[in-house]
Amino acid sequence: MELDPDDVFRDDEDDPENEALRQRASSKELVVYLVDASPKMFSTNCPSEQEDQKDESHFRIAISCILESLKTQIINRSYDEVAVCFFNTREKKNLQDLNSVFVFNVADREFLDRPTAKFIKELSRLEEFFVKEIGSQHGIVSGSRENSLYNALWVAQALLRKGSAKTADKRILIFTDEDDPFGNIKGGAKADMTRTTLQRVKDAQDLGISIELLPLSQLDREFNVSLFYADLIGLQGEDLAQFVPAAGERMEDMKYQLRKRMFKKRIVRKLTFSVANGVSIEVHTYAFIRPTVLGSITWLDSVTNQPIKIERSFICADTGALMQEPPKHFQTYKNQNVKFSVEELSEIKRVSTGQLRLLGFKPLSCLKDYHNLRPSTFIFPSDEEVIGSTRIFIALHRSMIRLNRFAVAFYGTSSHSQLVALVAQEEIIDSGGQVEPPGMHMICLPYSDDIRHAEELHSGTNAAIPRANEDQIKKAAALIKRIDLKDFSVYQFANPGLQRHYAILQALALEEDDLPEIKDETVPDEEGLARPGVVKAIEEFKLSVYGDKYDESDNAGHKKVSEASKKRKALADGAVQKSAQYNWDALADSGKLKDLTVVELKFYLSAHDLPVSGKKEDLVKRILTHMGK
Amino acid sequence: MARNKEALVLLLDVGPSMHHLLPEVEKICSMIVQKKLVYSKYDEVGVVLFGTEETENELTMEVGGYEHVVVLQNIKVVDGDLVETLKKIPRGTLPGDFLDAIVVGMDMLIKKYSSTNKGKKRLCLITNGLSPIKDPYEGSKEDQVNAIAQQMTSHGMKLESVVVRESVVLDENVSVMEENDRILNLFPKRTCAKMVFVESSTSLLGALKTRSISPVTIFRGDLEISPKLKIKVWVYKKTSEEKFPTLKKYSDKAPSTDKFASHEVKVDFEYKSVEDANKVVPPEQRIKGYQYGPQVVPISADEWDAVKFKPEKSVKVLGFTDSSNIMRHHYMKDVNIFIADPGDQNAILAVSALARAMKEMHKVAILRCVWRQGQGNVVVGALTPNVSDNDHVPDSFYFNVLPFAEDVREFQFPSFSNLPASLLPDEEQQEAADNFVKMLDLAPSDKEEMLQPDFTPNPVLELKKSMKRMREKPSGSDEEDNYRRITSKNKVDLIENGVKVEKIGDLTPVQDFELMMSRRDNPEWINRAITEMKNKIHDLIEDSIEGDNYPKALDLLVALRKGCILEQEPKQFNDFLHQLCKFCLEHDLRSFCDFLASKGITLISKTEAVDSDVTEEEARNYLVKREAKPE
Repeated sequence: MELDPDDVFRDDEDDPENEALRQRASSKELVVYLVDASPKMFSTNCPSEQEDQKDESHFRIAISCILESLKTQIINRSYDEVAVCFFNTREKKNLQDLNSVFVFNVADREFLDRPTAKFIKELSRLEEFFVKEIGSQHGIVSGSRENSLYNALWVAQALLRKGSAKTADKRILIFTDEDDPFGNIKGGAKADMTRTTLQRVKDAQDLGISIELLPLSQLDREFNVSLFYADLIGLQGEDLAQFVPAAGERMEDMKYQLRKRMFKKRIVRKLTFSVANGVSIEVHTYAFIRPTVLGSITWLDSVTNQPIKIERSFICADTGALMQEPPKHFQTYKNQNVKFSVEELSEIKRVSTGQLRLLGFKPLSCLKDYHNLRPSTFIFPSDEEVIGSTRIFIALHRSMIRLNRFAVAFYGTSSHSQLVALVAQEEIIDSGGQVEPPGMHMICLPYSDDIRHAEELHSGTNAAIPRANEDQIKKAAALIKRIDLKDFSVYQFANPGLQRHYAILQALALEEDDLPEIKDETVPDEEGLARPGVVKAIEEFKLSVYGDKYDESDNAGHKKVSEASKKRKALADGAVQKSAQYNWDALADSGKLKDLTVVELKFYLSAHDLPVSGKKEDLVKRILTHMGK
Repeated sequence: MARNKEALVLLLDVGPSMHHLLPEVEKICSMIVQKKLVYSKYDEVGVVLFGTEETENELTMEVGGYEHVVVLQNIKVVDGDLVETLKKIPRGTLPGDFLDAIVVGMDMLIKKYSSTNKGKKRLCLITNGLSPIKDPYEGSKEDQVNAIAQQMTSHGMKLESVVVRESVVLDENVSVMEENDRILNLFPKRTCAKMVFVESSTSLLGALKTRSISPVTIFRGDLEISPKLKIKVWVYKKTSEEKFPTLKKYSDKAPSTDKFASHEVKVDFEYKSVEDANKVVPPEQRIKGYQYGPQVVPISADEWDAVKFKPEKSVKVLGFTDSSNIMRHHYMKDVNIFIADPGDQNAILAVSALARAMKEMHKVAILRCVWRQGQGNVVVGALTPNVSDNDHVPDSFYFNVLPFAEDVREFQFPSFSNLPASLLPDEEQQEAADNFVKMLDLAPSDKEEMLQPDFTPNPVLELKKSMKRMREKPSGSDEEDNYRRITSKNKVDLIENGVKVEKIGDLTPVQDFELMMSRRDNPEWINRAITEMKNKIHDLIEDSIEGDNYPKALDLLVALRKGCILEQEPKQFNDFLHQLCKFCLEHDLRSFCDFLASKGITLISKTEAVDSDVTEEEARNYLVKREAKPE
């Protein structure tokens, strides 16, 4: 969890986990959220699935999605810069002083800046002051030349002028439920407005800004993208047919879909997948699942709260001379030191420079539950550079699903090489949209060096190991049926440790006094377990397996523990006695402590409940500290 | 001997039937020692050969018997000489008795270490199990095995048997082989022993644990199903990635004359204020600052301890769910294994009952785990049953960590079915893909699964074990070839026409031949396959030096014979065999004919293929007669 300063400089070449993290931090994102604040966004309600929750307006859904994404950004990608900008507002606040556009911000922050704790806090309180300070109002009215959408895009584009397009991804995300913004304008004015707006979009795109639409459909009428927005975001032909607006009859579904689109699909790597001799296709990999780690730690000087810099120096153990960065490493082999330069080391590790190479196929039953080391990576084909990649990929994908096979491949990068299983995943769609995208998951297989056989450790030398009989299995089955989690989804738990960590940080960052309570969702349902049906199933299982001796065996366990602790206590007692035989004060004063043996020193330490680990010097030091000398 | 030190005795079958395998055996044995030199240089190794002409062991001097067993190397600390010794294992001349060798190995271990020492003692037997074992003087073979097993248990030894099983096993050997398998199988039942069958040399490499790690539990305590039902379990790691050994930094400052120089480098850290580079901050004056957006929030360790998330140590079942709810790709990390407390019979039963019920019902358990007190976080994961089919290994569970909501990123991808037709495969291409997937089968039903993770060693780790070799030639091309060999099984042209083999390659000639023979698009393929095969065999024999290619040639010949019977082309084979024998006699290669005779290769008789004009007796006597003639 914590980053140790020594750990920072560990040889992390070997750490593939870091690789993914580094990838993630390599490019930053500049995002402007453009939220339609027209009265319509407030009037449309979206029914919630849970009965105890209120229906929510489209506006609220948009804001809560943005909040969620900001919270993720502040944790994971705090270098991203964001701006939240409303259009169709009563008030105006923007650099160009254009009507109907309001850039939301807090003090000490530029319009487009890194998200801060205060920003998130204020945004979450938005509703309290929205009507008073911002206000909602249709921006495009017939008869006026005012074009709020045009203005909004202009403001957003101006905000994104910051930073070079090479180092940052620039995006504008538009949340709206109006599929035909100029619908109430008639005649030439409409064509004119459409033309100028599209021109504005084109200018933005030429500057390397991508514009994405997050449409919210209404209950009765689906968002018709072809009316206006198709031209705006550049959808054509096939793409247009595929564009599905976040429909969703339920609020939860809608949020889920918006969330999926808000994150930019980040390609971890572009790989060449060689299928057979002379046949290679192009695939892109994506990281769906990666452990979220606590943000990085900066060491500060506790007096000034200023960051400190860690300097590392190398000292030759033989001569004490200060060295430059040592160029070579060594390993003792046959009593000789074998030296390696950095280049040689990376050469050794590079078994293969080839990327992903297919070796063959196996039935899915050969992929065991213990064949896992790291989070999986998702693979999707691309025709960008190798035409026909998608076709071959799909053909293999279909065959693998039909024949119940997975592929074994060799995946080599410059620092790491691994046998991987490629498991074809069929697309899964439910009412909320795509649950599992089609493609393949790349799962790292362990080598024989990585597999341990702990279960054989206790393989009985004498009698056969007992096995459960039919009745016991039946009782277990009854128990399993009772404690059933229907609709379990791996995404349902938030990480309580992480949540708490960030809740505390947020509270401290905002200088709030009371710390928030975080609900731990991962604790078992005690109430459910106390239901009579469950209790009965448990008791029957206990009776069947343990007979009536369950409590006894429990006690036996306790007895064992107490025996161990008794032993420890006896040791400590012995140490107290033995320790009393020495005149520690005198020894310490005369500096003779170092003449005692480590065993003798430990008498003192264990008699005073101090740790007994470390070198002799440490022990002496510890004793002296304890005596206050 | 320290607790984590190991004494290993290698028992190697060097009898004639093993000769063609010995180069591989030499390779892995020397690799084991090399690995020990890097990872555990105080381990001790001894080497016993059996199937030798000579006899040289202490037991034969003390009690007699135990013939044809040679102690090549007494147990001693690993060194470079041992690597060299193992690279040149002398060949034996007689079929060896592995039971004798086991007893000799045990005797060495017992004599070397008194029963008090705590280190690990391991015997490792490598044989093909084709040579018969002698009947004991008294009692049955089973009794003998029992006695040996008992001794092993009482001295805390482990036996690992690696049996190399090749595809070519001829009739007369089958009974011996089965008997031997039965006997070797008795060991795992009676004592701490393990038996592995391997078919290929890559598997041979992986089958032997070259480095043993003493497993440590990461949790011992209750698996809590409800507050009323707790099962005592121990949790170990099942997989854990083995890393490249950390190398020390090298200092060349010490004068070259200093023999005792450690050449090590110490690393010193100093903390300095960013503003004033001369101001050194003492380590205890540091405080951690946590990033939150652009802000850095300083929190001292004490403050943090007071407020941070502190779950109680526990492992609790949240409930059971259908295994289909958990996707394979959700598994996050290396895998743990849950074993019932070995001292608690009821716990073993409870785990067994649950595991079996879960397997039947296709359920998994969802767990919330806090392994240690003071751990700052909880882990949620899936427990899947692992029902054991070995009577001596208890049922257990595998545990895989699942992601939290924060760990998941979801993206939308286009459906394959919505893609334009230009990107989709047509029917013919789809069929080709189907065939391709079927052809490149790594786990054919009649054969060992290839590239099984349990038997496939990490090429990077293997490489660095041979440090010295690396110094001479720092490249890993060998190992890559090894993998490629498996893939380049056949030439595939997926896009054009599906799978076709047009030539017999050098790497997997038998498979290539079979594939060619089974092609039905043109009858010419059969003739071509047979002709190519004949040429291959011919070349092999001609190029062979002291018979080193004979086993390979035999494999091909057996395949050819089989193919000719299947395709009813007996004359092709019989003529070829005549021709081959003639050729051998003319070119002073009579040893090959003898070799064939000893392996029982015969002409194809009328009973096997109707078209043949050779009677069964003629067929059987053909090579034997040849043998007799010159005398």
